[in-house]
Formats: sequence, C-alpha cells, structure tokens
Amino acid sequence: MVKTLVREEKMEQWKGFTSGTWQKEINVRDFILKNFTQYNGNEEFLASATDATNALWKQVMELTKKERDNGGVYDMDTEIVSTITSHGPGYLDQNKETIVGVQTDEPFKRSMQPYGGIRMAKAALESYGYELNEEVEKIFTDFRKTHNQGVFDAYTKEMILARKAGIITGLPDAYGRGRIIGDYRRVALYGVDFLMEQKKKDHESTSSVMTEDTIRLREEISEQYRALNELKKLAESYGFDISKPATNAKEAFQWVYFAYLAAIKEQNGAAMSLGRVSTFLDIYVERDIANGTMTEEEAQELVDHFVMKLRLVKFARTPDYNELFSGDPTWVTESIGGMALDGRALVTKSSFRFLHTLDNLGPAPEPNLTVLWSTQLPENFKKYCAKMSIKTSSIQYENDDIMRPEYGDDYGIACCVSAMEIGKQMQFFGARANLAKALLYAINGGVDEKLKIQVGPKFQPITADVLDYDEVMESFNNMMEWLAGLYINSLNVIHYMHDKYSYERIEMALHDTEVLRTMATGIAGLSVVADSLSAIKHAKVKVIRDENGLAVDFETEGDFPKYGNNDDRVDSIAVELVKNFMKKLRKHPTYRGSMHTMSILTITSNVVYGKKTGNTPDGRRAGEPFAPGANPMHGRDTKGTLASLSSVAKLPYEYALDGISNTFSIVPKALGKEEEAQTRNLVAILDGYAAKTGHHLNVNVFNRETLLDAMEHPEEYPQLTIRVSGYAVNFIKLTREQQLDVINRTFHDTM
Amino acid sequence: MIGNIHSIETLGTVDGPGIRYIIFTQGCLLRCQFCHNADTWEIGTGKQMTVSEIIDDLKTYLPFIEASGGGITVSGGEPLLQIPFLIALFKECRKLGIHTTIDSSGGCYSTNAHFQEQFEELLEYTDLILMDLKHIDKEKHKKLTGLTNEHILAFARHLSDKNVPVWVRHVLVPGTTDAPADLEQLGKFIGTLKNVKKVEVLPYHKLGVYKWEALGLEYPLKDVEPPSEASVEQAYELLTAEVEYI
Repeated sequence: MVKTLVREEKMEQWKGFTSGTWQKEINVRDFILKNFTQYNGNEEFLASATDATNALWKQVMELTKKERDNGGVYDMDTEIVSTITSHGPGYLDQNKETIVGVQTDEPFKRSMQPYGGIRMAKAALESYGYELNEEVEKIFTDFRKTHNQGVFDAYTKEMILARKAGIITGLPDAYGRGRIIGDYRRVALYGVDFLMEQKKKDHESTSSVMTEDTIRLREEISEQYRALNELKKLAESYGFDISKPATNAKEAFQWVYFAYLAAIKEQNGAAMSLGRVSTFLDIYVERDIANGTMTEEEAQELVDHFVMKLRLVKFARTPDYNELFSGDPTWVTESIGGMALDGRALVTKSSFRFLHTLDNLGPAPEPNLTVLWSTQLPENFKKYCAKMSIKTSSIQYENDDIMRPEYGDDYGIACCVSAMEIGKQMQFFGARANLAKALLYAINGGVDEKLKIQVGPKFQPITADVLDYDEVMESFNNMMEWLAGLYINSLNVIHYMHDKYSYERIEMALHDTEVLRTMATGIAGLSVVADSLSAIKHAKVKVIRDENGLAVDFETEGDFPKYGNNDDRVDSIAVELVKNFMKKLRKHPTYRGSMHTMSILTITSNVVYGKKTGNTPDGRRAGEPFAPGANPMHGRDTKGTLASLSSVAKLPYEYALDGISNTFSIVPKALGKEEEAQTRNLVAILDGYAAKTGHHLNVNVFNRETLLDAMEHPEEYPQLTIRVSGYAVNFIKLTREQQLDVINRTFHDTM
Repeated sequence: MIGNIHSIETLGTVDGPGIRYIIFTQGCLLRCQFCHNADTWEIGTGKQMTVSEIIDDLKTYLPFIEASGGGITVSGGEPLLQIPFLIALFKECRKLGIHTTIDSSGGCYSTNAHFQEQFEELLEYTDLILMDLKHIDKEKHKKLTGLTNEHILAFARHLSDKNVPVWVRHVLVPGTTDAPADLEQLGKFIGTLKNVKKVEVLPYHKLGVYKWEALGLEYPLKDVEPPSEASVEQAYELLTAEVEYI
C-alpha cells in the first residue's frame, strides 16, 4: 500500500506537510495532528469581506427575497431526478465565485429526490404549485420501489397505530434519514482515485462466505465505488480534475465542497452535516500563506465563499415535514475547535475565519456553527466565540470535555447534538418516542387519551382517585418496556429499507468500509414527565375521568418541586427516567448490530408532540407544547438561569450519547452591563456548564426583534430574562403591556 | 442560623464583579419611591433558610462563579437587618474562598454598641459593599425614602474609616435625584471617601411597578420616565469629579 500511495506526484501535492501514517493509509486525523498550527491569539488578524464577496452575497439576498415573495421556494425541479451527475454546472457569478457548484443547474432551484418516497416528493412539489413529471411518477410508483413503500410493506399494524397516535413520531419513514457525515476531507487529501483504489481492495477482501451480511456489504462497496467515479464526473463538469490530491488551499476547499455537494445531490436527509473541516483546511491555508501564494484577504474570501455555498443548501420539503422541523433547516453542521487528545487545542486561525463569516456575511442559521467547547480552549478563542454569540445568536456549543473520552478528537456533530467519529461511525436516525404520552397510557391502560382507542397493550388501567407514585411507576415501567420494544423494532424496519432503497452511496464511500453504527433513538417530553411524577410524588394529584372512565384531566393540590430549579427531589426523577428508558431500549436487538444510543432533543417538534398529547399531571394543558429538548418547562424555573442549567447538566450523558439539547436565551443586559463583562460572563457560563458536564447549549442573546417574537411564541423562550440592577424579571411572565414596556426600554438608549 | 429570604437569583451579573449568587433578603426600613423590590419591605416574612441550606445550594454553582471571578451578593430588602445570619453565612463562604458582597443602603446603620459590635465582626468576612447613596440632601432624602440620611452618611464614613472597599451607587430619578446641585454636593461627599472602587449611576426604571400594584400600593413615580443616556453620563461626571479610586 505504501508503494501505491507515496508516488512522486503525491509527494509534490503534499510538499511541505509533515509526513506520517496518514500517507500510508486513509487517516485524516493523523494528517491534522501532524500538521495543524494551534492559534492562541485574538481576532485582530481577520479580514473583511472583499468586493466580490459583497457582490455575491447581495445576489444571494436578492434571491432569498424572491424565494420568500414566491411563498418559500424560488424554483423546483419537476423533471430530473437528482443524482451526483444529474445536472450541468450552475453558478451565482462565475467570475466572482472562488468556490463553485450548486445542487441543480441554478442556485435556489430545489432538486427532486424521490428515493425516500415518491409521494413525499410529489407532495413537496404540489404544495408549492408545481407538478411532478408523469413519467418520473410512474417509474417510481410502478417500476422502482422507494424507501417509504418498503417501510410500509413491512410495518405492523401496531407500528402504524403508534405512529398515528403520536407516541412515536417524526420517524424517517417517508424522508431521508440524514445524520450521516461523509469524511469530505478525504477527497482533498487523497484525491478520488486513491479512495477508489482502497474501496476496490476492500471489495476484494471481504469474507467469501456469502451470508446476507457479506452480500449486502459487497453490493454497498460496489455502489460506493461507482459513486466516487460519479463524484469525479461532477467535478469535471465544473472543469476540475479531482482524481488527485488538492495542491493548494483553493483546491482543498473546492474538493471538499464537491464531495459534500455530491452528497446533497444524492440525499435529502433531514440533517446533511459537514463534519469538522475548518482546522483541516487551515493546514492548506497556512501552507499557502507561508509560500507567499495567499494573503489573509484571499484566505477569508475562500472561507466566505465556501460558507456562502453552504448557506445555499436547500431541499424540497412538505408542510408536514416543516411542522416537525420548522424554518427550512438543513443542518449543515460544522464542528469547530475542541481539544486534541494530546492536550493541544484544535483551534486554528480558520476556526476564527469560519466564525468571522457571521460578520462578513451576517448572521445565519446555516451552516450550523458548532463550537466544541472545552474549559481548556485558548482564552482568546473563548472570548471571540462569546462575542460572536452575543452579537449574532448563531452559535451552539457542545461539551468537548465529555465527548472526547467517548469519540476521540476527530468527531463531528451531525444535525444538532449527535457526535460521531468522522468517517468511522454513522447513525441510524430514530426521531423520538413521546414519554409524556407513555405516562398517560400507563394511567389509562394503553388507551390513547386523544384518539380514545387502544394503542398500547391492554394493561390494567389505574382506577384510584388519587394517583399513587409507586402504582403509577410500576405501570409506567411496563408501558415503557412495551414502547422501547415497539420503537426499536420500528426503527429496524425503517433502516433496513433505507439501506435497501435509498442507500447513501457517496457519504458511505467517504467512510471506512467497516463502520460503527448507532441506533439513535430519542425521547420527547422529559420535563413534562419529570414534573408529572414529581407532582404525583410530592403533591396530591386527583384524576378526572370521562364517562368511559378514561383519565382526561388532573387536579393537583399542593406544591411540588419542578425540574429546572436545581432541586434534586425532581431532578433525580429526570435522571432516573433517562437511565431507565435507555436500559429498556438496550434489551432489544437492532438492525445491523448497531449500538443503542438516545438523545434528548426535540428540534421544533416539541410543539407537534404537545398538540398530540392530552392534559398531563404536571398541570400542562392538552395541546400545549412540550419544552424543547431537555429544557425545563417554561415559566417553572424560578431560581434563575444557573439553576436551570444545573438541572439539565445532571442528566447523564453516558445514557444519552446521542446528545442532550438545552436552549438558553438571555438578553444582553442580563449578561452584564458592559460588553466586556457580558463576554466574560458568557464564557464563564459556558465553562461552568462544561465543568458541570452539561452537554449542549444553544445560546441566544436576543435583540428587539426576537423579543417581539417571544411575545407571540412564549413557549420558545422559557428562560428569557431581563435583569436590571438588583432584580430580574422573567419576560414571558409579564403582561403584554409590560413586555412592550421592557422592549421599549431595553432597546432604547434610556436603559 | 436562619435567614428570612425573599428569593434567590443564580445568575446575577450586575451586583458585584463576575457572576453572583444573589440572595434577596426580606425586610427593609426604607420606603424608597423608586423601589423595584417593594415586595421585600415587610420585616419578618419571607422564606426561612438555614446557612447550610444556602451553602449547599451555592456550592453547586461554584464552577460558574469561579470561572467568572464572581461570588455571593446579599441584597434585599436590607441585608444589614440580619447581621448574625450574614456573619454565619459569610464565614462559611470564606472557608470556600467565595468572594462576599453586601448590597446595602445603610438604612439601618446605627452607632449603638450592639450594632457596632456585630457589624465589626461582619466586616471581617466582607470583601465588598455596594453602597446606595440615594440623596445627599437630608429633607429630600426623607421625602424620597421615608427617613433622613444622617446615619447613612455616617455609614459611608465608617466604611471609609475602616477601609472596606465599596462601589457607590446612585439611582438617577428624573426630577427627584438628578438636580445638578445635589449631584455636585453628593460628588463632593464621595470625594471625601477613601474606599471607593467604583461609582455607578443606575438609571431609574419601571420594572418593579407591577409589584407595587400587586401589593395594592399607589406607585408614587407614575409619571416619571427613565433618564436619557446623556443625563446619566452627566450625573456620572458630577459624582466622580473628586473621587479618588482605591
């Protein structure tokens, strides 16, 4: 292998890099560790946007406006099924772009991807007034089966019912599962030819015992090989030969982008994350700058143009889908920073450059900039992150200090909070089970409180007038056993079919052939259940039943501790719930022997789950949204932000390895008076949360517009605090008049 | 040792350096017209909490407090109404290396021997005092707060004599505490103090008005609007004209 790789031309492309095992095998991590330059300085070196960047971004903003005016989409492809090579080249402005490539033949035109399900593709088109080409519809209905069809061929009645009732929801059975990160960096470092050679070797060295596993693997490697060849053709159509390694930074960015572009042309998965590219790419930038072939302005321009392309990623979605994932997200998650296992910080100048796009291009939800936070990160970088968070509310933070021991130092985040080792690990995305509803099923003997039909197993319902904690827990445990089994089995069906009918060829081609797979389950309603059980345990909860004896409401006498106040009496209930459900999930075998994991994450589906769930014993009314992710229910945390963060930080990451999401919202004034104090305090909050082993923090520092939004959607802003000298008020507890008062005062210069 | 506590705020960022764990004590002698915590006035009510309860809770926030160079601030209400409790609390904080701050108006300051003896001990465990000087004019002070200010100025001088670091704070209420002549005179007084680390002008705001309403009280400053940034700056200039920071 050594001989095939260290050929003369590769020596040329790798000139100036420190050698290592990365030259002998696919090992991007080794390349990074041998070659990256840690940067401990501050942000002063950063360059502003160039004229070309400004012109291109203006064009993007104009297209964005047209898209909005057009009802949410600019254009959709109704004729051509998207593949890696389906469309000719498309440009924003070829003369100005330093990174090229769009998903179809023009920017903002959404591609058609029917492999997940033809009905979904058709519905997406029709909901925006477009009509699917008849022939395409016929092909994917009569001749080529889709993932969606496969899943419903195998689903049991029970699964379909559970899905309808909403005790399991958001399942990727009609859309692409996503959450698979190809190691797009491999294309830049090795060139496609070498990657193809390696896959060929892997194909030759599989077991010769033709079990189902071996046969599937051999077919998959062949598909991967083919996809890599198509990737080369995609690049060729833009005039690039990417068969060999990139020779400079511009090529490295472009090679990486082509690889990512191939993935999003072929898959419209819910989350199409990028991985961890900034420090890798920095090595190329550093080399060019050292060679005198690149200036800081040019380096920043490259980053800006690359990020601009990532902001253009779009998929055709249906309104139903948007209900689960509102706001047209794509989760082009890029993980920045973190520590190396050897104690160095993986922070480079390009870590700063990527965050600096929030200045040069303005704030944006995508790419989903995720800082892998460690208490050991360089102080200057910490401060810069905090400053940019305060300025833009566009950064999320995940605790590298608890992820590094699990995933090493070359992992990335897929979607929101799902860590995985890049190129070595993938996941079967499993949406989530509604534990709040499961609790109601426990009380009602498996009868759905909304549909009024038997959905769960027909256990003995609880008939007592006042709920007894032990009796409820026993019944709840039985119901969770049932749910865990049904849930894993449903996911097994889904991922079997996804592999079969909508396999991620190019993404998996950019993985090792042998990968670790996780079965990534999730739960919704954590805080509702914790508070409900706390009410049952610490107060007196009376059941109100309808004429058929179904518990439809609850009356609580007395106070009870609520999750979000750093009170162990209830926080321990939440912790136990997480452990308990995870243990139950592990009892059930998974497709392809994947490892069970769980997330506490709802994205925006906490609203939908809430709609589908009746009154709960914690006092939440039927239809009211759940708190998002692992957040406490809004308005119930009364001891301030740190108490709330401390409750969430207690949830055990080792039982929720797919991530524990927490959204934290604050007004700038509540972080401190002067900008410097605000920055320092936000750094301290992040350091403190990391030290307390909290996992994830979305940091929102709000401006006027967001406060106005909070008036309309209070459930999304549970901790929004306005603090003035000496006292704090919770924004959503104020009357409308007071809120307007705060808004006027907060944002006028008379504060 | 038990304290009467109104509430606890875990993320205090404006009452002392860094992130502060803030205890709002229950009970106050003043009745300031601009008070935003009118619900902390009544003495002897509130929630009873022991020192060890508070310390156990406080400890869980040390990662945040330490990372920010913060500490604990006891505000109110008037914390100095509960000195024995403060002594017990701050002694424990000292053991843990936690920076201690009192936010006080000095409204209950007294020269009697009993108070002085207790206060002396408290100062041993106090790192910083946020000292509200509401008005320099005796009569105007009485109108504003219900009490005259001789003992409050004595409190300020005492802290200066004892070299206890203070942040002087002045709430700027248009039409009431913003007359340039008064500010100038207050500035002169601040200039005589030898223990000033910082001077802060706190612009009057209306966030506590709803609490007056909830208590069934008539809010006396109904028609007063918050001051402009320019007048806050001007007040700051006047108050700090003669100050010598430590």
